[in-house]
Amino acid sequence: MTGFAALLAHDLRLAVREGGALGTALGFYLVVVTMLPLSLGPDLNLLARIASGILWVALLLAALLSLPRVLETDHDDGSLEVIAMAPLPLELAIAAKSLAHWLSTGVPLTLMAPLLGLMLNLELAAYPPLVATMLCGTPAISFIGVIGAALTLRSRRGGLLVALLVLPLYIPTLIFGISAMEAAALGTGGFTASFMILGAISLASLVLAPLATAAAIRLQLS
Amino acid sequence: MALLIDSLLLRRGERTIIAGLTARAEPGEALLLTGPNGAGKTTLLRAIAGLLQPAAGSICLEPRPAGSQAADDAPRLAELCHLVGHLNAVRPALSVAENASFWAAYLGGPASGVLPALERFRLAELAAIEAAYLSAGQKRRLGLTRLLLAPRPVWLLDEPAVSLDAASRDLLADIANHHLAAGGILVAATHQPLGFAPARELRLGVRPVAADGAEAGP
Repeated sequence: MTGFAALLAHDLRLAVREGGALGTALGFYLVVVTMLPLSLGPDLNLLARIASGILWVALLLAALLSLPRVLETDHDDGSLEVIAMAPLPLELAIAAKSLAHWLSTGVPLTLMAPLLGLMLNLELAAYPPLVATMLCGTPAISFIGVIGAALTLRSRRGGLLVALLVLPLYIPTLIFGISAMEAAALGTGGFTASFMILGAISLASLVLAPLATAAAIRLQLS
Repeated sequence: MALLIDSLLLRRGERTIIAGLTARAEPGEALLLTGPNGAGKTTLLRAIAGLLQPAAGSICLEPRPAGSQAADDAPRLAELCHLVGHLNAVRPALSVAENASFWAAYLGGPASGVLPALERFRLAELAAIEAAYLSAGQKRRLGLTRLLLAPRPVWLLDEPAVSLDAASRDLLADIANHHLAAGGILVAATHQPLGFAPARELRLGVRPVAADGAEAGP
């Protein structure tokens, strides 16, 4: 497992050193969420009602922005070939890279969401479930997203293509994330069920997505 | 342990790159791949490295590497190879030492081997400098440092001397000959004399651009 730990530490260090990706994602999240109240007008009841949806959709889009970089630089400088040849199975290497993406993008975006909730007049009771559902759902966003990044490796400027490929796969995460949040905020019950399905989606993508990504990378390298 | 290539057929899409190639790379003797551009030198190296699946034929080590009875347990050939291609796998945002330490850790080499490897490639005094500030030749040397960071019996070098100065070329030849003297296998694609000895040349020819490559090699 030293290879796994080395790759995880390497990617986290690069995320800090190369900067850019996280700043762009956080900035994009802030701008999108800020623009919505401006365009919808200062109707506090309306904003409170749509706040959870906006926070989730904007988070998905912000996370998408940073996805192509997960593999693109490694592919361009030849590192990906060396990673594919190492004793560590490529699937585990991809899991390490996806985990690094979650830690360096998913977690910071989740931590920023409550701040943006203030702007949308999010109900007080909704803050704990907001953070809980996002922490539980963002791993799926990173792990599934990396599949799209792998599939578009050799197409220049594949960013938009990644969005087209990956956004439909995010729909289950989005549905159960929001329904868990609303159930908790409105006290209508059903929180546990939605939350557990959300967790199941994340766990399944943790296991299955690296298999798909590794297969896509092998195809791209050959 | 020798590297055995048996009636190999390599395809890129519909195009046949190499057909019916049979060759042997003996331990302690460099196999130099030569031939005009487009002859398939890089493709062959990538196939040996396991990045490209042969359409027919096989590439294997003989006898099978030790450590297992079952064929499934044996390490993949790729795990026993170092491939240094046109790209150096160097991250500009990291320092020279950080680049080398990462590859050592990832490829399973000892952390204590990083500094000696950098010294061998005369990069020790640049260890703390960000790789972005290196010249092309220095980046190349940092890419080649990977060869010494983790022990591998098979070295695959694709035009290793590109952008190296005369002194660095001698250094590379010295390091490669050291690997050969220790019974290592080395396959290098090259257009210029590398100074590897002993060496045997395998000349690849350009194949006609036909949809189907039925007839055999050069």
